[in-house]
Amino acid sequence: MSIEVTGVSKRFGDFVALQDVSVSIPSGQLTALLGPSGGGKSTLLRIIAGLEYADAGTVGIEGLDATALPARKRGVGFVFQHYAAFKHLTVRRNIAFGLEIRKRPKDEIRRRVDELLALVHLEQFAERLPAQLSGGQRQRMALARALAVEPKVLLLDEPFGALDAKVRKELREWLRRLHDEVHVTTVFVTHDQEEALEVADEIVVVNEGRVEQIGTPDQLYDEPANDFVMRFLGPVTQLGDLLVRPHDVALSPGADDPDAVAGRVARVVRVGFEVRVEVSTGEQVVLATLTRTEFLRLGVGVGATVSVRVVPGAPVVAVPGSVVRSGLEVPAR
Amino acid sequence: MSSVRLTRGSGLGLGVALLWFSLLVLIPLAAVVATAAAGGWDGFWQAVTNEQTAAAIRLTVGTALLVTVVNVVMGTLIAWVLVRDRFPGQRALEVLIDVPFALPTIVAGLVLLSLYGPDSPLGLDVANTRAAVFLAFLFVTLPFVVRTVQPVLAELDREVEEAAASLGASRLATFRRIILPALAPAIAAGAALSFARGVSEYGSLVLLSGNLPLRTEVTSVRILSSIENDNLGNAAAVATVLLAISFAVIVALDVIQRRVGRRG
Repeated sequence: MSIEVTGVSKRFGDFVALQDVSVSIPSGQLTALLGPSGGGKSTLLRIIAGLEYADAGTVGIEGLDATALPARKRGVGFVFQHYAAFKHLTVRRNIAFGLEIRKRPKDEIRRRVDELLALVHLEQFAERLPAQLSGGQRQRMALARALAVEPKVLLLDEPFGALDAKVRKELREWLRRLHDEVHVTTVFVTHDQEEALEVADEIVVVNEGRVEQIGTPDQLYDEPANDFVMRFLGPVTQLGDLLVRPHDVALSPGADDPDAVAGRVARVVRVGFEVRVEVSTGEQVVLATLTRTEFLRLGVGVGATVSVRVVPGAPVVAVPGSVVRSGLEVPAR
Repeated sequence: MSSVRLTRGSGLGLGVALLWFSLLVLIPLAAVVATAAAGGWDGFWQAVTNEQTAAAIRLTVGTALLVTVVNVVMGTLIAWVLVRDRFPGQRALEVLIDVPFALPTIVAGLVLLSLYGPDSPLGLDVANTRAAVFLAFLFVTLPFVVRTVQPVLAELDREVEEAAASLGASRLATFRRIILPALAPAIAAGAALSFARGVSEYGSLVLLSGNLPLRTEVTSVRILSSIENDNLGNAAAVATVLLAISFAVIVALDVIQRRVGRRG
């Protein structure tokens, strides 16, 4: 294990940011800390980096107890949401900063910075000031600056949060490819479940200062540990006392299926390739998303009676506090 | 010039600004220089190399420079404490910082005289010494560097310091290479104000320094006595020298500031 967080708690005044959090992050992987804003994921990252100290618990990095080490001795690279560029230094001097602090020979620094400039595709911007770069370029510079000192772990705090949607998407694909090239243990914080599912090898879901679940993107999506994870990772709808993904809701015409719940089609909305059908079962409105082809094959319109059931094998989670009613099949895992 | 086009509005604005600046600054300054030049080069040279005048210029400029150096260090430190630390009485200190600046200078002189004069309750009598001049300069110039550095320091992005720390920089290295370059323009501006105020100081020191010729007499006192003796040429000559020195100091500060700002 590359990073070993054990029993970490942190309070800011009355606010509990982290509550007895334990996480093991394996070497060489790209791990996402995913959760809503204010859930404690950034605090956890900053405690790993030494930018914040835990009230209780320990942090180990590469087998070394780092709990009391200051940030500058932890051997971590940190990338901030708002770049934290050294405004008065050129791109080259920004990237060289960590090496200059370590008093490496001048020609070694030059060589290493040239390599990194090529890695982040900023060769032609070496002599510019950060203010002359776009947001995406600044963040790539910040990444090169963090990688320059060959950190044991690379930590990124909402690295693409300040960028617009298009650049964001490009950069996260680029980060994935970069990680496959460089293989440094990387942890990034995000509140965007799509970003986490797309980029990460492993996801740690953090909410209200606690870890809700740890797993691969597939595990999290297919076997959510609880309703929070289920809701956070994608759209959900409720059928009886079960949470289910709208695309795992199957509709059939008529009300003759004894294992299903009967309802009336209340609304049909088509968005591109997807058709969203709202079915009223009397006590609740269930959302089903179908492809256009499926919808046409179904051959129903608003007001028609349909049977609603969960596709066998689909992930479902019971709504907390409810007892699953009989008559509705809970698919086996 | 053809590449620079002003709109009607900005042309009018520039005209008003130039007129204002000319009336208040350029014309009076030119008048001083003209008066100084009226006595010819010999007259000017004689006026400024007069033993008593030269001593006053040396004392004033030397003390103002020294005070400016002290202010650069202490002012930055005080600004740091005010911005970065939280302590009881902070708001009060925040307000008190401006007192030396807001106080009528003759009142400041009285305060200093009663505290450090012959009847000093502290047993510290610096009356009629050069230390009195130094003290008076320090007192009135205290707020300048504090007030110019404070807002810039408050606006500094703390994440930049955290980034430097994660890259292995110690607190000292971070200050020298990251924080200081960002503060340099503000420190230089404060230093320029502090020097200018020192050179022109009169009210706060006349009571305590004793205005002893060759020892504690400063240029402003010297200029006043020249005028009282109806020697306007002498006064203008000294004023011209001060003007040149002040200008040189401001230019020098700007050069230093640019150097520090680019270094890191």
